[in-house]
Amino acid sequence: MSLLLPDSGLLFWMFLSFGIVVFILVKYGFPVILKMVEDRKAYIDNSLSIAKQAHEELASVKSEGETIVDNARREQVKIMNDAAQMRDTLIKEAKDKASVEAVKLVEDARKQILIEKEDAIRDIRRQVALLSVDIAEKVLRGQLEKKDEQLDMINRLLDEINISKS
Amino acid sequence: MNSLRKILSLIAIFVLLSGTVVFASEPVQVEKPKEKLDVKELILEHLADSYSWHITKIGDTDIAIPLPVIVYSKTSGMHVFLSSAFKEGASHEGLIIASEGKYKGKIVEKDTHGNENRPFDISMTKVVCALLFNSALLIFIILTVARSYKKDTFESKKGFVGFMEMFIMNINDEVIKPCVGKDYKKFSPYLLTVFFFIFLTNLMGLLPVFPGGANITGNIAITFVLAIFTFVIVNVVGTKEYWKEIFWPDVPVWLKVPIPLMPAIELVGVFTKPFALMIRLFANMLAGHSIVLGLTCLVFVTVSLGPAMNTSMTVVSVVFNVFINLVEVLVAFIQAYVFVLLSSVFIGLARVEPHHAKEAIK
Repeated sequence: MSLLLPDSGLLFWMFLSFGIVVFILVKYGFPVILKMVEDRKAYIDNSLSIAKQAHEELASVKSEGETIVDNARREQVKIMNDAAQMRDTLIKEAKDKASVEAVKLVEDARKQILIEKEDAIRDIRRQVALLSVDIAEKVLRGQLEKKDEQLDMINRLLDEINISKS
Repeated sequence: MNSLRKILSLIAIFVLLSGTVVFASEPVQVEKPKEKLDVKELILEHLADSYSWHITKIGDTDIAIPLPVIVYSKTSGMHVFLSSAFKEGASHEGLIIASEGKYKGKIVEKDTHGNENRPFDISMTKVVCALLFNSALLIFIILTVARSYKKDTFESKKGFVGFMEMFIMNINDEVIKPCVGKDYKKFSPYLLTVFFFIFLTNLMGLLPVFPGGANITGNIAITFVLAIFTFVIVNVVGTKEYWKEIFWPDVPVWLKVPIPLMPAIELVGVFTKPFALMIRLFANMLAGHSIVLGLTCLVFVTVSLGPAMNTSMTVVSVVFNVFINLVEVLVAFIQAYVFVLLSSVFIGLARVEPHHAKEAIK
């Protein structure tokens, strides 16, 4: 039966030691552990949500980047097309201009040549007239060395004038 | 102590298997059966508390640690001395360890009429010393774990601290949280302390070597104090609804007036709850220790039946002891678990809220 009766000395020591154990562990032991585990849990949850957010942000940044790259590529194609077109028009314009210019130049040259030719012909004519006058003078001078001949001549000329007058 | 017997039985197997022939011719063997082995006495002696810590016996000399005896007697005042003064059943300063009667195994003082009086005895007995040792060990372990959290807060723990964390959080989340309910955080440090105190004490009781081996949780004084703590907490934190349900429960009025039938039953329930806690832990641990001791005694009981019987029974004894010890490890956990589970449930029941649903139906 002694097993079933609590011993007073043992009760005393148990109260004392278990009371101290409870006091110390309830104050300094378990709350620290529980709080830290709780804090760590909160920290992990927080980190996870942050990571998720970062992931989403990264995805959005990525898609944004892709759209930017797409746009840039489209722009590039457009610019290149424009450039090619412009080049073609420029070349065409230049060609047109050049051909017009060439035609004009040729025309001018032809005109110049014509003018020059006419000038030259006029000059030759003048020279020829002068020369023929000189020759005629000389011829006349040779023929008119005798007096009757001179008179003949004058008569003839006068006749001629008269004829032409009438 | 039981485990010391176990070791002895192991040695016995060895000796018996290696040289039964030699044994038969040994003159020492002839002497042994003369000592009549009182198994009941032996087991009860091992289960009970004692004033010195007996470790083992080498040859004829007992190796025991003398423990301080602190006794206050109304007639002769205060006595403080070591228990080694009681050697060979001698009395010291008028005090003696009773060998029989009501106070068997306890220190008593004989008055002039030859009556045995029990003085106020707060001696540091074997159980007290083991208790203090376990308490210190528990405080050391938990504070070590707690301290490692202060160093680096958010790092996940490895090794022993990680194991303890898992253990603590498991009890906290799987037992305390669902059983206590809403504000379980207020009670979990206490309940965890109780759990680890009981678990460590149970395990140390199973340990064969010196600081362990004491039957602490199998002592009713220990479980009594544990139950008292829970009892006080349950009734101090009890809500108005809890007390209302005890003294004025929702039953037909004739069950309450004029004879307070239901309140009486409820009031008894308040005391049976911690009583069940006390008895459950005490009886389980006591039974575990008894079984191990009984099985070990098998070796010594069967010595008189001859070497063959003795050998076979030794094998049986060892096999069963190993099995029972493994079961006891499980029981050590289960009893701590059940104690905390029930304490949590009782606290949870004491913190009931008024039943709004019921009132709405009325």
